[in-house]
Formats: sequence, structure tokens, C-alpha cells
Amino acid sequence: MPQINTHIDESMLDGFTRLVTQEAIEGKTMLLNMGPQHPSTHGVLRLLLELDGEFVVNVIPDIGFLHTGVEKHMEYKTFEKAVVMTDRLDYLNNIGNNLVYCLAVEKLVDLDVPPRAQAIRVILTELQRIASHLVWLGTHALDLAAMSVFLYCFREREMILDIMEMCSGQRMMTSYFRPGGLWRDVPVEFEDAVRQFLRIFPARIDEYEALLTKNPLFIERTKHIGVLSAEDAMRWGVTGPSLRASGIAHDLRKVRPYSGYEQYDFDIPTHTDGDTYARYLVRMEEMRQSVRIVQQALDKLPYGPTRSNNRKFVPPPRSELGHSMEAVIHHFKLFTEGFPAPKGAVYVAVESPRGELGVYLEGDGGPKPYRIHWRTPSFANLQVLKLLAKGHLVADLVALIGTIDIVLGDVDR
Amino acid sequence: MGEHLHKAVQALQERFNATVSEFRDEVSVFLLPDQIVEACKALRDEFEFEMLEDETAVDYWPEETPRFHIVYHIYSYKHNERICLRVPLNGNSPSIPTIEGVYPNANWYEREVWDMFGIHYEGHSDLRRILMPHDWEGHPLRKDYPLGHEEIMFSFNFDEINARKRYATE
Repeated sequence: MPQINTHIDESMLDGFTRLVTQEAIEGKTMLLNMGPQHPSTHGVLRLLLELDGEFVVNVIPDIGFLHTGVEKHMEYKTFEKAVVMTDRLDYLNNIGNNLVYCLAVEKLVDLDVPPRAQAIRVILTELQRIASHLVWLGTHALDLAAMSVFLYCFREREMILDIMEMCSGQRMMTSYFRPGGLWRDVPVEFEDAVRQFLRIFPARIDEYEALLTKNPLFIERTKHIGVLSAEDAMRWGVTGPSLRASGIAHDLRKVRPYSGYEQYDFDIPTHTDGDTYARYLVRMEEMRQSVRIVQQALDKLPYGPTRSNNRKFVPPPRSELGHSMEAVIHHFKLFTEGFPAPKGAVYVAVESPRGELGVYLEGDGGPKPYRIHWRTPSFANLQVLKLLAKGHLVADLVALIGTIDIVLGDVDR
Repeated sequence: MGEHLHKAVQALQERFNATVSEFRDEVSVFLLPDQIVEACKALRDEFEFEMLEDETAVDYWPEETPRFHIVYHIYSYKHNERICLRVPLNGNSPSIPTIEGVYPNANWYEREVWDMFGIHYEGHSDLRRILMPHDWEGHPLRKDYPLGHEEIMFSFNFDEINARKRYATE
């Protein structure tokens, strides 16, 4: 029979008592474990709650259950092969992850991207932003006991996933963007499918708003819940819709444009209340703005190549391999060895649906990333949960996890 | 380099005798470990760099001096500028003062660096592992930490690998 280990690690006990208040040790407040398997934590997040009756005194998040060592793995793959790892970080925004990684590699090796590829990147990134917000809206409303919103949201999300599948062959793990452009051009049905989506979607946003915006139960659960001031948001490095709902009009698409965002006309929705309801309103308006961007990008979608012509970084098309020895050499070199990156480090950040998604990429002259670090918005934003939840009910904590919109793959990497 | 960033970099250069490098229009300022807290304070209070965007480390093993670089990215909302601070650290188990007092969100980033690289932060309020299990041995993102894989066993080396292979026990 295996012996049961009754020995308690002293250091662990110390660590534990240091985290909770004196009341919890004396038994005046209660310690409750929420998660890691809990439907409202949106994944595998464990929260150690300290409760006074039904009120939250302290929240101690415990993360890392979904840690897959993406950064370490990417150090062992060539720049091109590492693209597939990026999809697995934030699985609701995989196109955005592809984008920021490709932008970082392009900046490191100084590679150009043709205008058509840039425009398609913008269209797909904005569609993905809508899809991600739809998942957020559906699950957030579901947490607050509004079941039907979830079904409506997933109906429209399905249309976007169909477009993704049409382009890349995959609904979620697309790996569609590659350093220097796209994997290949979009199919002919692409434009019609996107136009069809743009035609029906604005009315569908009104439909969701009709269900929630003036719903007294929803307002009761979200207004004045988890108020985040602008100062706290800046101090704690909160970015994205949560920051804009606290009154700071900061959007990387506007202030540091990439992929040609400067050509498109769109607004940055903001709100001053900083509560859960304000964050809801900001995200709803963001979906409308994304529709505007996609519309403009589609209207002036240029013709031309979708991948850079620089053969030192981008493999030649299949048709050239039959008659050009040089193309065969480039093909062989790129697929066996990969392309080298110079010694140096770059930091590139884009606006993901959750906030600032950054990549720190360092090259050492070889064909693999020497070091890659992902500054993921969920990881940064989850830190303020402690601040938001203090003094609220446990039921409101569920709303707060929904409103900061975390993806655990993004938190744990 | 923008005008405001130029002023900030110049001030850091004068005050801390720091060296500056530029790569692809990104400015990095090299500082010593005992200067980092003062430098962050100056950036936040005098030059309006309000947000710590990112903090991470790079391992240059087998080099020893320096073995690690700590990399800070600090952003200014007001001026839309980003500055990168780099702190080289020598030796295999170095330590550096925490900047949690200046930017509170450094808390989790520093826990991650401790977890992944084994760099100790002096004065950190809660330096525990964050992503790996609490009883994990080693620091996975160090370059001398192997990626880990199952060794392929052939008939000529079966016994050799079998002897050191760790099987599940009761």
C-alpha cells in the first residue's frame, strides 16, 4: 500500500499565511477555492478567495495550469515554422497573434509586405476582433444568466469562422499570415462572403443591444461594479477596451499605426465610468468600428502579389521550381535551414481585442529566434482583478472575470 | 527618435552615465542593477512614462559576464514614446532590485522572470513561481535547460538508455 504523505512543507505554509489576512488565519473570514475547473473562470484559472460572508476581501489568482512553454518551443523552430505556435496562445485571436509575430520578424529582418497582403491582413484581423468580442459577449452574458445572447453570438461567429476556413483551411488555428505576406491569396468567394457578413452584421449588433443595453437585470449586475479609475488602469498596465472604458482614448491602431491602419477612417470609442457596463458599451461600439474598417479595406482592396518578392526570405512559387535552378536553391535553403536574422532586438505591439499584444523578438544571426517574449494582454489585465473585486459579492466576481475578458491560453502561454 | 524621447535618453545618459544603442529605430539604454529603481522613478515622475509595458529577461549562456539581460519596456501615453531599458547581470544566480514600488504591475512580470530564469528580485513582495508548479526544479527558459524529449532507443543503446530512463513508480 502506498504511504500517504502527511508532511506539510514549512515554506509552503509560510507562503500561504503571508498571502491572506490575519482574520483568515483566526477563522473570522473564510477561504474558498474557486476553480481551476469552474465554468465562469473561462478556462483553467484558480482563484483563492477570502470571503467575509458573501463579500470578497481578497482574491489570490493562481495561474499556469495551461502553461505550454510556447516561448521555449519557439526558440527551437525556424522563424517560418514558429508561426504555428502563435495560434495556440490566444485561441480567440489567432489571426492577431500571427500578425504581431509576422510584423516582429519583418521588422527584425527588414522585409517589405505588398499592399494587397496588408489590406487582407487588416480585413481578417478586424473580423477576428469581431469574433473574439462575440465570444466575450456571449460568455459574459451567460455568466450573468442571459442564455439566449450566447446562441445569437455564436451564430454570427460561425460566419467569421467560415471565412477563416475559406482562406486558410482552418477555422481557428489559421497560421495564415507568414513573414513577408500571406500563405496564399484569398479565394474568389472571399469578397462575397465578407460582404454578406457586413450586410447583416450591423443589424445583429442592434439585436444584441436590444437584449442587454436597457435590460434592467443586466444593468443591475454591471453598473458600478468593478470601477477602474484611469490612474489605476495606467499604473497597472491595463490596456485595450478596459483602458478606454476608463476614459483614456488610447488605441495602438491610431497612435502607432501598422499594416496600413492609417488609411482607414474609424473612431476610438471611450467611456468615463470605468465600470463593467462601460466596458460592455465600449466593446459593442468597437464591433461597429471594426465593421467600418473592413468595409473600407474591402472597397479599396488592391490587386497584386500577396507575398514579398524577396527570395532570401520568402520561398519561390511552385511554378518557378521546374525551370529555375536558383529557385530550387532558394526553396531548399529556406525549407531546410530557414533565413537568418541579424543580431538585435525589436519590440512590436498591436491592438488585440483584449489590449496591447506585444512581441519582444531577439535574433543572434541564426535562423531561429534567440529569444521571443510575448507580452500578452490577458496576463497584464488579470493583475487588476484583485483591485476590482475588493468589496463586491462573489456573484459579481463572475461578472468581473467576464469583463476583463481573459483567455487562459494567453495568460499562461 | 522623437524629441521627448531624446530628452529622456539624454537625461539618463548624464545622470547614470548610461550607454545607448539604437536598432531599427528602437532605443535601448543600458543601466547598472543599482540604478534601475532611480531611473524608473525619473522616467515616471519627470518624463511622464506612465506604464510599464513589459519586463523580461534574456539568457546569453554560456557567456558569464554578462549572463543575463533584464529588458524593460516603458511607455508614455502622453507623448506616445517607448523606451527600452536593459540591465546586464553577471553570474549564474544574480539578483536585482525590484521596481514594484514604481510600477506595481512589475509584480507578476518579476515573478515570471524569477520562475523562468531564476533571477532574484530584492525587496519583491511575493516572489513565488507563477507559471510552473511550486515544486518545480530548475528555470525552464535558461539556455542550459534542455527542451526535453524522449530519447530514441535502438538495439545498440537500449540498455544504456533504459538504465537512466525514469519510469513511473507506484
